[in-house]
Amino acid sequence: MSWTAILVLAAGAYGFKLAGVLVGTRIERPLLRRSVSLVPPALFCALIALQTFERDTELVLDARVAGLVAALFATWRKVPFIGVIVVAMAATALARVLT
Amino acid sequence: MTTTSTHRRDSVALGAAVGLVAITFGLLASTSGLSLAKAMAMSLLVFTGASQFAAVGVISSGGSPLSAVAGALLLAARNSLYGMRLSEGLARHGWKRIPGAHWVIDETTAMSVAQDDDVAATEAFWWTGAALFFFWNLGTAVGVLVGDAIGDPDVYGLDAAFPASFVALLGPHLSAAPGRVAGLVGASIAIVVVPFTPAGAPILLAALAIIPALLVPAAIKTTDSAVSTVEGTP
Repeated sequence: MSWTAILVLAAGAYGFKLAGVLVGTRIERPLLRRSVSLVPPALFCALIALQTFERDTELVLDARVAGLVAALFATWRKVPFIGVIVVAMAATALARVLT
Repeated sequence: MTTTSTHRRDSVALGAAVGLVAITFGLLASTSGLSLAKAMAMSLLVFTGASQFAAVGVISSGGSPLSAVAGALLLAARNSLYGMRLSEGLARHGWKRIPGAHWVIDETTAMSVAQDDDVAATEAFWWTGAALFFFWNLGTAVGVLVGDAIGDPDVYGLDAAFPASFVALLGPHLSAAPGRVAGLVGASIAIVVVPFTPAGAPILLAALAIIPALLVPAAIKTTDSAVSTVEGTP
């Protein structure tokens, strides 16, 4: 990967971030504001689904499912944030050993 | 007080977990032929994990730099949506939002919008951003330099850390019907389109879940306010 490619990627990535931060404050229409507030649940649930079931743009079932189930259970049982991560990692690691 | 110390501690914890993932990135970067300087430049300057993994992944599988950059930028585009969501809180920090925009990523947005009030939300953003930036770059360096000695990080279930942290932070969003619809439809869209689209596109398409979610809420809110009007409580 060339320096040019890295710098173009860096500039583009920062450009996307900054554009959102600058444009966001100009959004005044209530409907748009409500739309923006719904971005996190839509995208985070999509991220969770992809990081659990996707590998190289294909859907697969593997040990990561155990981590997701463990994380859901721990969150439901009101385990603190760090605990949720540790429990999910342990469940995935264990499932890998067993399968 | 309690919530303040909680979100600071959680920010550092998330940073540490992400730092472990960065070791994987450093290892992958070095096995793809990137020097320490280039790997560090990516983590310092690009600073958006999914894009970095995608770019290095394309290079290591023999793809062209152009397709590596294009794919990575597609993954980075969602940060624009996060920026819009965080813009109001960041606007209160004046010029600092210009450099601060560099830290607008999945994790900082998740930690920030999970907070109950505006002050905690912006503080959580800065704390998570600082913790992630520190640990992400430290982890990258460790991965490049001694990654070989650590071996396959998936053995430790590291790939479960990221989705788990998002599960833990989702609660407040799913407490109301619109958030639940957005989440459910968003995840469904992403899963359905995965086999047919390049990496990054499923996440952007998941944003379409906002449309059905917008149709839900009014009814429920009206019911609530109707009840409270009848009972005379605010």
